[in-house]
Amino acid sequence: MRVTALIRRIIREMVRDKRTLALLFIAPLLILSLMYIIFTTESTDINLGVVNVNEQIIEQEEGNFSIQEFEKTEGLKDLVIKEDLDGLLQMDGTNFTLILHNDDPLTARSLYAKVNQILASSTQQQAMGQMNNMELPQLNMETVYIFGDEDTEFFDVLSPILIGFFVFFFVFLISGIGFLKERTSGTLDKMMSTPIRRWEILTAYLTGYGIFAVLQTVFVVIYGITVLDIVLVGSIWDVLLINVLLALVALSLGTLLSAFAESEFQMVQFIPVVIIPQIFFSGIIPFDGMAEWVQVLAKFFPMYYGGDALKEVMYKGNGLSDIQGDLLILLAFAFIFITLNLFALKKYRKL
Amino acid sequence: MNQAVQMEKVKKKYGKKTVLDHIQLSVQEGAIHGLIGPSGAGKTTIVKLVAGMETPERGFVNVFNERMPNLQVLQKIGFMAQSDALYENLTGLEHLRFFGSLFKLKKGEMNDRIDYVANLVNLTEDLSKKVSAYSGGMKRRLSLAIALVHNPNLLILDEPTVGIDPELKLQIWDELFRLKEEGRTIIITTHVMDEAEKCDSITMVRNGKLIAQGTPKELKQVYRTENFDRVFLLAGRDEK
Repeated sequence: MRVTALIRRIIREMVRDKRTLALLFIAPLLILSLMYIIFTTESTDINLGVVNVNEQIIEQEEGNFSIQEFEKTEGLKDLVIKEDLDGLLQMDGTNFTLILHNDDPLTARSLYAKVNQILASSTQQQAMGQMNNMELPQLNMETVYIFGDEDTEFFDVLSPILIGFFVFFFVFLISGIGFLKERTSGTLDKMMSTPIRRWEILTAYLTGYGIFAVLQTVFVVIYGITVLDIVLVGSIWDVLLINVLLALVALSLGTLLSAFAESEFQMVQFIPVVIIPQIFFSGIIPFDGMAEWVQVLAKFFPMYYGGDALKEVMYKGNGLSDIQGDLLILLAFAFIFITLNLFALKKYRKL
Repeated sequence: MNQAVQMEKVKKKYGKKTVLDHIQLSVQEGAIHGLIGPSGAGKTTIVKLVAGMETPERGFVNVFNERMPNLQVLQKIGFMAQSDALYENLTGLEHLRFFGSLFKLKKGEMNDRIDYVANLVNLTEDLSKKVSAYSGGMKRRLSLAIALVHNPNLLILDEPTVGIDPELKLQIWDELFRLKEEGRTIIITTHVMDEAEKCDSITMVRNGKLIAQGTPKELKQVYRTENFDRVFLLAGRDEK
């Protein structure tokens, strides 16, 4: 088979190009790790103030999580600011109020999670005491933010999207430059003088680079989840599926755009034009604040759908049915780019 | 004798620029045909048209009586481009295998052909080396071996002897004569006049136009000179 011969050649070339391999597999891990280190060092000490809560809760104090008791019931917000607390928990009967300082969203986020955990376990313990009560008592907690609001989830959303973005970026770059080399070195011409068909070349390229893209995706996702503890509420298979689709879009877009580049340098020039805007529209920055026409524009960027799907699965824990729209649109992107590729190759031979 | 290649009134444009106009060309099976002209004359475009990599705006190109481009006919064409289109990271053997598979050679036949062409271009010893370790001459020779790997009936060589030492050049020409004996057709572009004299027939091109056609002998008679460089200069003057 011509396709398999071409796939084998692509893999062989890639495996011998150690630098490119490193770019594909090591660089994303390096950047992810760096971001992890930078974003997690800030949340060392968490100070929670408590008012009128039971002993059980105060006993939860540990390590970098310290609890201070206060007797006040009014001017609590001022108290948080004055004492530089990260939050204040107030109990009123069965109702809790959590005031979050939220000067640092990451700390606020982990404090929120921590308090939720404590309250859940303490209500569970109470429920164990009352055996005939089958239902868990409803946990009533109101959350008040001093700065920002609950949408300040920047960093939590960041990592799932970043994983998708890295896959997109590196696959785009490597497949684009790989195909460009094929064009500029004359080997594509040479191939066109053999009876190979255009779709065979494209299929082989998508598969050959696709194999590396899938490996990279698995590598990055597993590293992110196991080593860096990135939040993954949903299924890892869904995450892999989304990333593989993103890679397919990047692959077909990379090979397509390489038709419009004369050199590797010109390929790199596509990065600020085609790749960087993907970050802005990937959901890292909330869309609500953007002008309406920008929100419309965002829908033309594949990362908009990739980012949304990854957020749904990794952060919100939704399943396939919630992201199938995103996945279908990604498939449509890939289909369009592949078709355009077939036309772009006509430049080399009409058949 | 049958015609291997026939071009009729071919016109080719790149954008608005006409690179070939009114090109007529007829090559008999089993002949060596030389395309001669200065760089930029359109020689490469002509061979690309014959190989089906370009299509003419006007006129037509037939190879073995089939209109080009045609994938079945490509199976019978061996093409050696002007630049060495090789993969630096792969060995010579891997190149021959890769292109052999693109022509769907069977395993036994492939190995025989690889042994044969490697020996022909004196690369048997170096087949397991990566191309990045090859010299310029070795790369040319590998390109020629690749063009021959599927035993083509029509061999198209775009400036095959540039950068090759005289001894190897002689060997390559010996091989071309041998292929001709077997009834294969060869189209070769060159701007070296002593090579032109070895061809059975010649087409001279300049600025995308034909300036003279015929056997080397005929051309020398027409322009009453024994020197081929002079034939070319005189033909060029006629055109103006």
